[in-house]
Amino acid sequence: MWGLGSRGPGRGLLLALALGGLARAGGVEVEPGDAHGESGGFQVVTFKWAHVQDPYVIALWILVASVAKIGFHLSHKVTSVVPESALLIVLGLVLGGIVWAADHIASFTLTPTVFFFYLLPPIVLDAGYFMPNRLFFGNLGTILLYAVVGTVWNAATTGLSLYGVFLSGLMGDLKIGLLDFLLFGSLIAAVDPVAVLAVFEEVHVNEVLFIIVFGESLLNDAVTVVLYNVFESFVALGGDNVTGVDCVKGIVSFFVVSLGGTLVGVVFAFLLSLVTRFTKHVRIIEPGFVFVISYLSYLTSEMLSLSAILAITFCGICCQKYVKANISEQSATTVRYTMKMLASGAETIIFMFLGISAVNPFIWTWNTAFVLLTLVFISVYRAIGVVLQTWLLNRYRMVQLEPIDQVVLSYGGLRGAVAFALVVLLDGEKVKEKNLFVSTTIIVVFFTVIFQGLTIKPLVQWLKVKRSEHREPRLNEKLHGRAFDHILSAIEDISGQIGHNYLRDKWSHFDRKFLSRVLMRRSAQKSRDRILNVFHELNLKDAISYVAEGERRGSLAFIRSPSTDNMVNVDFTPRSSTVEASVSYLLRENVSAVCLDMQSLEQRRRSIRDAEDMVTHHTLQQYLYKPRQEYKHLYSRHELTPTEDEKQDREIFHRTMRKRLESFKSTKLGLNQNKKAAKMYKRERAQKRRNSSIPNGKLPMENPVQNFTIKEKDLELSDTEEHPNYDEEMSGGIEFLASVTKDTASDSPAGDTGSDTPLTGRSSPRHGPPAAAAAAPEKPLIPARLQRPRAPSPVPPAPAPAPAQNPESAAAEPAEPQEREPGAGPTPGAGAGPGPGPERRGLPSAHARSAAARRVHSRRSFQRPRARRRPALLKLASLPPSCHAPPHALEQEETPL
Amino acid sequence: MGSRSSHAAVIPDADSIRRETGFSQASLLRLHHRFRALDRNKKGYLSRMDLQQIGALAVNPLGDRIIESFFPDGSQQVDFPGFVRVLAHFRPVEDEDTETQDPKKPEPLNSRRNKLHYAFQLYDLDRDGKISRHEMLQVLRLMVGVQVTEEQLENIADRTVQEADEDGDGAVSFVEFTKSLEKMDVEQKMSIRILK
Repeated sequence: MWGLGSRGPGRGLLLALALGGLARAGGVEVEPGDAHGESGGFQVVTFKWAHVQDPYVIALWILVASVAKIGFHLSHKVTSVVPESALLIVLGLVLGGIVWAADHIASFTLTPTVFFFYLLPPIVLDAGYFMPNRLFFGNLGTILLYAVVGTVWNAATTGLSLYGVFLSGLMGDLKIGLLDFLLFGSLIAAVDPVAVLAVFEEVHVNEVLFIIVFGESLLNDAVTVVLYNVFESFVALGGDNVTGVDCVKGIVSFFVVSLGGTLVGVVFAFLLSLVTRFTKHVRIIEPGFVFVISYLSYLTSEMLSLSAILAITFCGICCQKYVKANISEQSATTVRYTMKMLASGAETIIFMFLGISAVNPFIWTWNTAFVLLTLVFISVYRAIGVVLQTWLLNRYRMVQLEPIDQVVLSYGGLRGAVAFALVVLLDGEKVKEKNLFVSTTIIVVFFTVIFQGLTIKPLVQWLKVKRSEHREPRLNEKLHGRAFDHILSAIEDISGQIGHNYLRDKWSHFDRKFLSRVLMRRSAQKSRDRILNVFHELNLKDAISYVAEGERRGSLAFIRSPSTDNMVNVDFTPRSSTVEASVSYLLRENVSAVCLDMQSLEQRRRSIRDAEDMVTHHTLQQYLYKPRQEYKHLYSRHELTPTEDEKQDREIFHRTMRKRLESFKSTKLGLNQNKKAAKMYKRERAQKRRNSSIPNGKLPMENPVQNFTIKEKDLELSDTEEHPNYDEEMSGGIEFLASVTKDTASDSPAGDTGSDTPLTGRSSPRHGPPAAAAAAPEKPLIPARLQRPRAPSPVPPAPAPAPAQNPESAAAEPAEPQEREPGAGPTPGAGAGPGPGPERRGLPSAHARSAAARRVHSRRSFQRPRARRRPALLKLASLPPSCHAPPHALEQEETPL
Repeated sequence: MGSRSSHAAVIPDADSIRRETGFSQASLLRLHHRFRALDRNKKGYLSRMDLQQIGALAVNPLGDRIIESFFPDGSQQVDFPGFVRVLAHFRPVEDEDTETQDPKKPEPLNSRRNKLHYAFQLYDLDRDGKISRHEMLQVLRLMVGVQVTEEQLENIADRTVQEADEDGDGAVSFVEFTKSLEKMDVEQKMSIRILK
């Protein structure tokens, strides 16, 4: 398949490459009648190379490419300077050289068939499916202008200028006409999506700029295809036979090809969304539909000679919303990873084979003037085109494209494999100088990918030069700087960032009214419904707040372990915290060493200070939330870290919603002034509560408001500092909190060993039945809720020791050891202190457990409070029935927000 | 977008708003459009709820603080001038702003000082003109992942305050705040290009 047209020794040779000596033998053995053995009798082992040859070779190449990628990334330094695409091309050149040296036949080249049918679609689909839609459509006008007018401009000017120079005789004698030049111009004009992505991913330009270059490279395909086809047929016809009618036909065909391709894509996207709506019972093949139907859209439009790239791009763009809503979370993950894997793999292979294909003396025809002038023309005309178009665009654009942006736009016009595949497709019979075109294209591709790819990053950095001084920002700068980023992104959201609001509103209205109804599962629709959504959020929030509550009271390990699987900073370590630990460690070091030299003492003191600073900086660096722009909105083919982002989003979301919920509740209690704002919700919730309070009426609370108060306080326990206004109202809870904290504090000095006692002491009395807990006004409610989680162990849940009569005293009370399960430390119910309490980390028992056990345990405990939550909380009954889905489902549905 | 052209008349006191905020006519129209889009029940003002509906804000750690900043002094609603006034802090600083600075006129809203002040008041919840250690800690808690323990946070808050605190009162005043950020390109960091 990789140019496997050539027969014979080449194959054996490839093996030689990968498998060493064995291959040679294989190559020899293969030739004579091979596998089936002439000796007649049954052969236990036969060597059937020819039988597996093709797939084997393919698999080997993929392996080679992938291993090469591993190799590149071994050195971080290299990959941060040299783009991967350039490295791959060089690798391809080397490999091609080896193959050539051994074989003298170019056995492996990038053939247009393989490229267009197998390598390009995954890349483009990936681009479409992960397209930041809002950004894309927000800049659609600009993108279209660059893609259409810009490409035509490039093709025409390059072709004509080359022709002009040719007429002047500078290129010597070539069998070439105007149309050939235009044909060449048209295939070399298009900015290549693969190359652009490969390079721009590593150059972090602003999102608008990125989407313009990226979008242009995707959408210019239609233009390229049309121009290429038109000129190719003109060349075939011969220059004299081209009539005006043909030209008009050419222009018409542009619209047919581009709009037709888009239409095909949209139709298939519709189909795909519709299909995924009904895959509930065949979850396992859901991801398959996504790939197969998208691929069909590509093939269909190829069949109809429309723009296949446009088709699959738009298929991805249009279906993403509905597909993501319809398919299960696991399927979505599968789709994500598979798509990234295919795209990334295809890209790797493309660049490697570009390099390999270049090693073939038969295609090389050198013409210095032609090659150099082509390079000059494409760069110059690209720049001129960009400047002209930008000038035009800036009169209408809200976000102006600054001169710097224009430089990047011009310089980012990389050519790539599409041009190469197209030029290889040329018919050597009709285009006499095909080889010259091919070699020039290779040079152009290599030049843009390697040279421009290498230099664009420094260029971008250099253009944005502001301060040369390189210093570690101070703490304040770091913190506030990050805060500014968040503020900015919030303000952007509030102010509506990118224009086109009107159209977007209309569209989303249409989408909600019609499209989503048809294309989305009912459950998914519901989760998108606005009001319900808010309730979902609140409900989810609610659940989380209690879990979080438990986490705060108990230990942070509870949240930490399930969300981050890294055990680096987790509290099972015997130290109190990274910062403190390292600092105290240093101090201890110092104390122990006898040092009389004052200067070095001084130095040491400073170094302690520095170390502290370092640790602090490090902590901040690592854990400050990233501003939205840094991780969203940018398409990346290689990096797939949405889990990280989602984790952050979820975390913040939970916090936000909890706070909002609290303010709702306090509104209810008349504690907060923003009554008006919450009025609607209040009413609605009240209604719901009335409707559904009966089934849950078993709870001993008659007075929901009082119930709220209790929980309000419980909630506040964790969070009092964030709501200074509540302090008075919550004083009861705080007092309790304080007392518990004091306990903790008094315990902790005892060190790691003494920590078990207060822990269990605090938790065991909580094992009261919920009713009893509810009866106690203050906080037993939560303990009751949280007490369950600790029952998973074989230890039977001890029949509640004296139903917490007085929580305070209970908290202070020493251990009731029989109830303690090993490693109870990190469970949510463990303690009541707001701080995670250093002592918890010191638990020797926790230490003893294996990481897996810990994880299992924490996961278990993570779920437990939810299970418990429903009967215990009246409030939940007040939410709409749809919210009573299992918490897991809720979590999934939160994403659309 | 036929409705758009008629907006100019709809915005009350368009001229005085423009003078105060420095927004261009087009930006103002656009913001007004946005304002009306956010105003769900066509009340003529925005409530907190309206702003909370913006999904992206829910995942912004400072989202709610920023929403609050639109409602000074505990008011329940923000009208268009108020809305624009807050956004005006984020208008990029242009040359003409500095050139045509009239000593009589109050500093434009998008001056460095005002930009910083906007940020400052997001920290300073109790409006005493100082960011206490406590307030710093709250912001930190919002902005740092749950992986960081309380002690670590407190530690960081302490250091941050110490670093900026010059008069040793254990809190960061606005002057100190400004000073700690004097090397930062606030004009650029706190500006949005689209808000011209």
